[in-house]
Amino acid sequence: MYPPNFNYVRAGSVAEALSLIASEDDAKFLAGGHSLVPAMKLRLDAPGTLIDIGRIDDLRGISYGSGDENDCIGPLTTHSTIASSNLAAALVEAAGGIGDPQVRNRGTIGGNIAHADPASDLPTVLTALGATIRVENPSSARNIEAASFFTGLFETSLEENELITVIAVPREGAGTGSAYAKLFNPASRYAVVGACASVTVNNGVVSRARVAVGGLTPMATRCGSVEAALEGRSTDAINGASAQVASDVGDDILEDIHASAEYRLGVIPVYVERALQAACARAAG
Amino acid sequence: MGVSISLNINGEARSLDNVEPRLLLVDLIREELGLTGTNIGCDTSQCGACTVHMDGLAVKSCTVLAVQADGSDVVTIEGMAEDGQLTAMQQAFWDEHGLQCGYCTPGMIMAGVKLVEGNPDISDEEIRHGLEGNICRCTGYQNIVKAMKVAAQAAA
Repeated sequence: MYPPNFNYVRAGSVAEALSLIASEDDAKFLAGGHSLVPAMKLRLDAPGTLIDIGRIDDLRGISYGSGDENDCIGPLTTHSTIASSNLAAALVEAAGGIGDPQVRNRGTIGGNIAHADPASDLPTVLTALGATIRVENPSSARNIEAASFFTGLFETSLEENELITVIAVPREGAGTGSAYAKLFNPASRYAVVGACASVTVNNGVVSRARVAVGGLTPMATRCGSVEAALEGRSTDAINGASAQVASDVGDDILEDIHASAEYRLGVIPVYVERALQAACARAAG
Repeated sequence: MGVSISLNINGEARSLDNVEPRLLLVDLIREELGLTGTNIGCDTSQCGACTVHMDGLAVKSCTVLAVQADGSDVVTIEGMAEDGQLTAMQQAFWDEHGLQCGYCTPGMIMAGVKLVEGNPDISDEEIRHGLEGNICRCTGYQNIVKAMKVAAQAAA
């Protein structure tokens, strides 16, 4: 298989990438290419121009914050780099479970979230962790909360001429922990369902819970009912709180050859519970 | 509109003109450079038959555009043995019978070399986990895992 024809241009800097996206018709950015190239080979996408941003070193790497500052991840940072980093535990865990070693060596966090596959792990994790995505166009920049960045099936709030330049993730202080648990498709390692939890625990009481799920909904979904059922209670309430997830995910439940909607709804509380248990264990110690 | 690229392939500098941007690295390796040891299996980045090393990392060459490899160091299965002397990983596949039809073998060896690097005491579980991206449809993995353990020790 080969992708449809396209024009290829290479950007040497963020400024050049932004000027190219504004001037080229029907253009897309190419990062690691591990979502875009397969989609093009299957003729699911056929951009007229690819702007290769893969060599812009300013967009690569992790800069750790100190104190209350966020950790800042460049969009070209690969899943393998994140999997061996000191970022929030759930993000490290999820990145290490994407695809396989070869895919993690090339796939990038920016490309992953721009693609916004409903079965992808990182949108769920970034939503639960309360990450902020910084995007730039040729004349301005804005910050988007992860929860409003993902807007639908393969859809984001990115405007046509915008480039993701930073993914900012809160640091985990004492008493805070996070975890990601998924039921994966054995061939692709994509999430049939996935759940991420980030919690703060004080003296056995969960004072703050952030939960998101993916794989069963068109986009990563925050679970306010689960959070409300757990906050202010002891970790013994995890099992009951996890069962609340059905009221958070709405009626639009995905269904495909891998699992029925009914199955996904049936199994998701188990993964919410696993994520919460692991997050609480990490918060404790 | 073709692009000019140069890359270092198995230690040899090569320049190619007029490369179609949509040309995949695996097709560049097989069709343009004539190195047919790298196989195309699923062609959808799942099976790992096309695994090569690019700048020291195992990658699936069916999911890398040749233009993305411009300026890179690429090593294929043909770049493994030196002067007819098999590497530890290749010898271990031979000794432990880590193949039947052999189609997945070049990709297995390229992935395996990176998997065991710096980890002489790698466990069966680590190997199986690390081989998630390489599919074999005949040996059933037993001897592949065995070969990789032997190679890990031999390389240490």
